[in-house]
Amino acid sequence: MTAKKVLVLYAHPSQARSEVNQPLFKAAHGMDGVTLIDLYGEYPTFNIDIGKEQKRLLEHDVIIFQFPLFWYSTPAILKEWQDLVLEHGFAYGHEGKALKGKTFFCALSAGGMEEAYQTDGFNHFTIGELLQPLEQMARLTSMEYLPPFALFRARSATEENRIEAHVALWKKLLKFLIEDKVNKEKAQETDLLNHYLNNINAGGQS
Amino acid sequence: MNEVFIQAFIYLVAAVIAVPIAKRLGLGSVLGYLIAGVVIGPVIGLVGKETQAIQHFAEFGVVMMLFLVGLELEPQKLWAMRSRLFGLGGLQVAGTTAVIMGIAMLFGLVWTVALTIGLIFSLSSTAIVLQTFNEKELGKTEGAENAFSILLFQDIAVIPMLAFIPLLALPKLAEHTEALHAAAKHQTELSLIAGLPGWTYGLVIITTIITVTVVGHYLSRPLFRYIANTGLREIFTATTLMLVIGIAALMNMVGLSPALGTFLAGVVLANSEFRHELKSDIDPFKGLLLGLFFITVGAGIDFSILFNEIGLICLLTFGVIAIKATVLYLLSVIFHVKGSNRWLLTLSLAQAGEFGFVLLGFTLQNNVLPAALTRTLSLAVALSMFLTPGLFILFEKIIQPHFETKANEREEDSIDETGSVIIAGMGRMGQVINRLLVSNGIKTVVLDYETFQVDMMRKLGTKAYYGDATRPALLHTSGIKNASAIVIAIDNQESCVELVKYIRHSYPDVKIISRAFDRGHYYRLREAGAEIIESETYHSALELGVQTMKALGVHPFFAEQQKVAYKNIEDQKSDLLYEAWVDDSEGERFDSKFRKLFLQLEEHIAEAMGKDKRGIHSLAEREWTPPPKGYIDDLEL
Repeated sequence: MTAKKVLVLYAHPSQARSEVNQPLFKAAHGMDGVTLIDLYGEYPTFNIDIGKEQKRLLEHDVIIFQFPLFWYSTPAILKEWQDLVLEHGFAYGHEGKALKGKTFFCALSAGGMEEAYQTDGFNHFTIGELLQPLEQMARLTSMEYLPPFALFRARSATEENRIEAHVALWKKLLKFLIEDKVNKEKAQETDLLNHYLNNINAGGQS
Repeated sequence: MNEVFIQAFIYLVAAVIAVPIAKRLGLGSVLGYLIAGVVIGPVIGLVGKETQAIQHFAEFGVVMMLFLVGLELEPQKLWAMRSRLFGLGGLQVAGTTAVIMGIAMLFGLVWTVALTIGLIFSLSSTAIVLQTFNEKELGKTEGAENAFSILLFQDIAVIPMLAFIPLLALPKLAEHTEALHAAAKHQTELSLIAGLPGWTYGLVIITTIITVTVVGHYLSRPLFRYIANTGLREIFTATTLMLVIGIAALMNMVGLSPALGTFLAGVVLANSEFRHELKSDIDPFKGLLLGLFFITVGAGIDFSILFNEIGLICLLTFGVIAIKATVLYLLSVIFHVKGSNRWLLTLSLAQAGEFGFVLLGFTLQNNVLPAALTRTLSLAVALSMFLTPGLFILFEKIIQPHFETKANEREEDSIDETGSVIIAGMGRMGQVINRLLVSNGIKTVVLDYETFQVDMMRKLGTKAYYGDATRPALLHTSGIKNASAIVIAIDNQESCVELVKYIRHSYPDVKIISRAFDRGHYYRLREAGAEIIESETYHSALELGVQTMKALGVHPFFAEQQKVAYKNIEDQKSDLLYEAWVDDSEGERFDSKFRKLFLQLEEHIAEAMGKDKRGIHSLAEREWTPPPKGYIDDLEL
């Protein structure tokens, strides 16, 4: 088995104020097989280098969007990134097979409680439903879509000491991805990768 | 005349040989000078009697040093250290004097003699200590700051001591020399205070101090501005020297310490825009004179007396160092100076100082001490100064590492402090850059050669300094050693390039950010080693281009995109163009190869700009493009 290569495309427009995403980003720093890209840092004027980004995609097996959920979607630069980088003839279309077979998912933080993201909850839709445009993006580009890795009630996570456990889970997830130990079918059966990982912890199987 | 040259040459040769070796061996420059002095004086006898006269002249180095120290110390800071100054300094002088006096009396000396010896030994060497602090970069430590308070107090204390010591005259000696004295009376120095009653003397002193403050604060700045505007560097230096020497002379005339006077002038000028320029002007003079002073201390050691009384002199020297160190250690406990700072304070001030020589000469004149005793004592003073660098080495090599490892065990702070930025040139560019940085809490030091510009900036609340940023000495005093970056925005193209070269060579860790005037200048700056370069009109020209397109009815976002595309292509090609420029095999920089590439660039830009007209997906421009018509049929398959 060869080690898989993981690309984290991180989008946070105000990193000095970040309490959840920044610790995750830092925790992944220096891990073998993980490439971390701070999109707002690299393209502060949204002047995204399409060629460079496409080359990065080609060099990795797992693509992760890491971001805080803004208005039930990604921060603007990730949308811009998709608009520019996922070109016809590269990511989709007759000749567009560059992303085929890669794994894709979102690692996000959300302000609301997990219970709020339910059909009968405050936000009316589940996280999985809200991320459907990204799921369909993955499908159209022939990538394998996994449910999101998420932290809810992000604004009080620091005060409730939930960051450390979340970071540990994140590092475990990255390690599993590099070692290609994630069972895609089993993971897709859950609504969050967090649950999948916790099931492994409980059941001992992967 | 020839003799003067030969003398000067001997001193310089000794310094040039001894100081670098001492520095290389980690002994510090002070010990190097002292050794040089010993070698040319007592050991091979190249210099002799005149050393005393030279020493008086060289003591002026101490005066200049105090001026520089004053420049570093804004009045508010001086006021804040008043309790340390009088508390710590006062107790150090009083304590040391009392202990030494007591011991001297145990050995059967008359109380007046014992007290005088105590006073002489209570003083430490401002010259050696401050010079060493500077060299070893200890100046900002708590230990050094306390040591400085004590030294400053000692400088002040010398004045009442000079007034007090004549009262301790020994009647027997006095009779003996009275005749001599009468003859000497005719040659007394030029003095404003001879024969004045006590209260008038006090009045004169107060008037003098006020004069120095007022002149320093109100008159010197317009004068410096006027001189600076003439653009004559050497006259600016002359003015600085005039100020320092003038104040020293005035202080001498009223019987105050010249060092104290210039220190005061320095403090008054610490807030002025000329601070860095003044510092860089005086610095070399101070360095040379202090060096000369240390050489004369070494050369003045009289080996015949030393060997005759070696036991007594060693005992005296080590005794004095031990007593002073003990008193300082106790004071550091009382004043809560802790850790390595406590040891720095204890060891750095344990020697006797150059004022000891002054007092010894004075006591001899006033028949307070017998001549033989003063010779022995002055050897002990010199020897203790000689040993001081050794104490510093002890501190640096043994004590400091011990405390450092302890300190390192503390957890790292997560605050990432931004270093300071030097902005050279306060014109249209520098001003905006400075405003942006300062409003983001980044510390800047702003330099400009136009006094008019500096004045205006100061009126607007920017702390700008007058000075020519291309002078290494000024850059040094502006703190380039600790700066993270320098922004070069000076008007002279040639000076910009020279400055970049100099900084790249001397301070490889400082980031160089420079403004370029045009393409040629840009390349030359890049070749010189500037890291970040922007052509001054490039962005504003592009911006105006975009505005023009918008005025013509082009969609704003499209115009903006075209600008980005233009810049991207220019960026992509800039390396190629630069290499073509660097390669001057054809004998000129903008040669045919360069011109060819440049035309290619133009074509490329035109091609990218025209893409929408052709409606094809061009690779030169990378921005959002619609999928091709009919792509949907493919997808639905």
